[in-house]
Amino acid sequence: MAAGVATWLPFARAAAVGWLPLAQQPLPPAPGVKASRGDEVLVVNVSGRRFETWKNTLDRYPDTLLGSSEKEFFYNAESGEYFFDRDPDMFRHVLNFYRTGRLHCPRQECIQAFDEELAFYGLVPELIGDCCLEEYRDRKKENAERLAEDEEAEQAGDGPALPAGSSLRQRLWRAFENPHTSTTALVFYYVTGFFIAVSVIANVVETIPCRGTPARRPPREQPCGDRFPNAFFCMDTACVLIFTGEYLLRLFAAPSRCRFLRSVMSLIDIVAILPYYIGLFVSKKDDVSGAFVTLRVFRVFRIFKFSRHSQGLRILGYTLKSCASELGFLLFSLTMAIIIFATVMFYAEKGTSKTNFTSIPAAFWYTIVTMTTLGYGDMVPSTIAGKIFGSICSLSGVLVIALPVPVIVSNFSRIYHQNQRADKRRAQQKVRLARIRLAKSGTTNAFLQYKQNGGLEDNSSGEEQALCVRNRSAFEQQHHHLLHCLEKTTCHEFTDELTFSEALGTISLGRRTSRSTSVSSQPVGPGSMLSSCCPRRTKRRAIRLANSTASVSRGSMQELETLAGLQHSSAPQSRSSLNAKPHDSLDLNCDSRDFVAAIISIPTPPANTPDESQPSSPGSAGRAGNTLRNSNLGTPCLLPETVKISSL
Amino acid sequence: MSLDGLEMVAVLVVLALFVKVLEQFGLFDPVSLEDSVEDEFELSTVCHRPEGLEQLQEQTKFTRKELQVLYRGFKNECPSGIVNEENFKQIYSQFFPQGDSSTYATFLFNAFDTNHDGSVSFEDFVAGLSVILRGTIDDRLNWAFNLYDLNKDGCITKEEMLDIMKSIYDMMGKYTYPALREEAPREHVESFFQKMDRNKDGVVTIEEFIESCQKDENIMRSMRLFDNVI
Repeated sequence: MAAGVATWLPFARAAAVGWLPLAQQPLPPAPGVKASRGDEVLVVNVSGRRFETWKNTLDRYPDTLLGSSEKEFFYNAESGEYFFDRDPDMFRHVLNFYRTGRLHCPRQECIQAFDEELAFYGLVPELIGDCCLEEYRDRKKENAERLAEDEEAEQAGDGPALPAGSSLRQRLWRAFENPHTSTTALVFYYVTGFFIAVSVIANVVETIPCRGTPARRPPREQPCGDRFPNAFFCMDTACVLIFTGEYLLRLFAAPSRCRFLRSVMSLIDIVAILPYYIGLFVSKKDDVSGAFVTLRVFRVFRIFKFSRHSQGLRILGYTLKSCASELGFLLFSLTMAIIIFATVMFYAEKGTSKTNFTSIPAAFWYTIVTMTTLGYGDMVPSTIAGKIFGSICSLSGVLVIALPVPVIVSNFSRIYHQNQRADKRRAQQKVRLARIRLAKSGTTNAFLQYKQNGGLEDNSSGEEQALCVRNRSAFEQQHHHLLHCLEKTTCHEFTDELTFSEALGTISLGRRTSRSTSVSSQPVGPGSMLSSCCPRRTKRRAIRLANSTASVSRGSMQELETLAGLQHSSAPQSRSSLNAKPHDSLDLNCDSRDFVAAIISIPTPPANTPDESQPSSPGSAGRAGNTLRNSNLGTPCLLPETVKISSL
Repeated sequence: MSLDGLEMVAVLVVLALFVKVLEQFGLFDPVSLEDSVEDEFELSTVCHRPEGLEQLQEQTKFTRKELQVLYRGFKNECPSGIVNEENFKQIYSQFFPQGDSSTYATFLFNAFDTNHDGSVSFEDFVAGLSVILRGTIDDRLNWAFNLYDLNKDGCITKEEMLDIMKSIYDMMGKYTYPALREEAPREHVESFFQKMDRNKDGVVTIEEFIESCQKDENIMRSMRLFDNVI
């Protein structure tokens, strides 16, 4: 859709008269054109704000909503205007596109909202003019990143649910990576942290001069490490043992050993513990003691092991890595400047006697110290030229160092905020999910409440019904009617968690087998379902069920499973249990039961899905096994007298 | 470099810094060469206004409403009120995406630009359209002749016609059926001249042109094609 093509088309057609005398074949007749009514002004009413424009303006872009006949759907005959129930502020931009041919992107609006408006009016985002396109793309990418992080966080949040049957290795690895999964992992985490701290402090303390024993010789200062060699050696050994153990465990648990060996953290671990072992095997001979001393320096790398414990350190490291190019630039420009100024200073000070500037490399030290504005004063120019160049050197040093720093800072800030955002979102996610769950259960509860108040009973007590049933909106009425239709279709009823769990509880009375039901459609209360307590409560519950059809757990899929289960009397397959359910006797009882309902055969045994907040997915329903169904119908089976089963 | 030399350099550096500082204080203004660039910007935003509506109504055969519609479209596309050759070519090329319409657009531009000032104003535009869409057959033929006569000397030579023909065939682009041959324009020119050139003198004058066109049924009929374009 090139801008203004429609405007120039009549001109192009008219200019075709130039071809007429040259045409060797007769030209086709012109398309029939309806009598033009001339240009008229259209009124477009967007949420009360009236926009008026020529019809021709809108006709410029015939494959959009406003330019095509699609707008007739929105025509309001009484008021003679086109009414759109959309955002009038955004419509401004859309209309301006028709007028000027350029689509601009509003700065203060959410980019998602703008996208939706564009989609509604049939405009593609590619139409956005060059002036706004870059910003639009950037904001869109930022949004997409944020949403992707959301999804990642969700998936990561599902992580704690360990798949059953994970090996020791996997569990160990997860404990290492995420210490909050179990208490042992947490303990281990803190212990290693403590030992790292101890080791570092020991390294530091052993160099402090302690007063020598006054008895032996004249009091002489001696480093503590030499005074208490055994104590420090024991401490060092203990720490190294712990670190070695940890490293070996991590190596064992790692899913990909090669990748683990190559990772930075494992390298740090190795560097931290290797000096000790090398020290063990190298005897304290004088000629290698120098190398031995060097090795002890590497012990300080143990402090980097803290980065597993501290997120801030990790962020810092990541920032430095991502700012590698800026740091490289800084380094390069500094080197250049140092060489230039060192050369100049050397030659400026060459003539002076007893000068410190003995060579250009010697002048490097002066240049670095001056450029970073340290100014130790151990090397000072004495000639005038030297002083002038020295001052220029310090001024330029300030500039050169200040230039890449904001880039690094902004990078760090961005990464840091991203991390903060991720953490915040993870924390808020739980609250959000809980609230969503609450809202969902709210609808179900409303329906159940309505049913309990006797709203479903036809004909009987019409006026009382009106009184006791709380006022429902038209939407709610229709929704409840829909749910009711479903109940009638499947011959099962909706019920709430409590009812269902208690119903199951009645079955479990006194019967515990090693086999269990599939958890997929059962609300999992930790151990509550196995309560052999409150038998009276279940009885009461059973009476309550008197008027209802077979009660099932929530969700239609579960209902279908139960119905299917009526036909099956086979023994339950083996599944890992969260709740042991008794089945066998019930099967026999229920064989004679006659439930007429939809029949679905679901032959495969169910899998164990512990997440109760998800409604049973079709997959799990497909896997729902006999046991569950049998247990579901346990309730009516147990109390055949009290349960009235309505037959279809 | 001797010490003296370096000291000299140092002194020069100090002098340069001193000049810079004075500049900052505004006490020392070296000649600046940046003013001329900004003046140019003002010239390009001059806009052209057409004559009044009544005058245009007299000069052309369009109704008032038609003129209004035309001007609104024109002004929207060219807020400055004039179209120069580049814009013209660009506009025209939107309709022929497959081929290269720039040459033909140039010829058209020259046909519309009756006063040859390098730009087409609204009056030129409307005058041309008036002739094409509302004029008599003879007017239209005249206009077409004017289009073909590239040097406006009153007669069409074979070279001129060949240029026009080539530009028209260029608009077709590469992908045609049957495939375009090299000699197709030339052959077309030959047949044109055979039809139009009565006295076989190698050029077609305006009288020959109009006379031959009036004798051709197809041309006469197709002249009516664009009557209701606007």
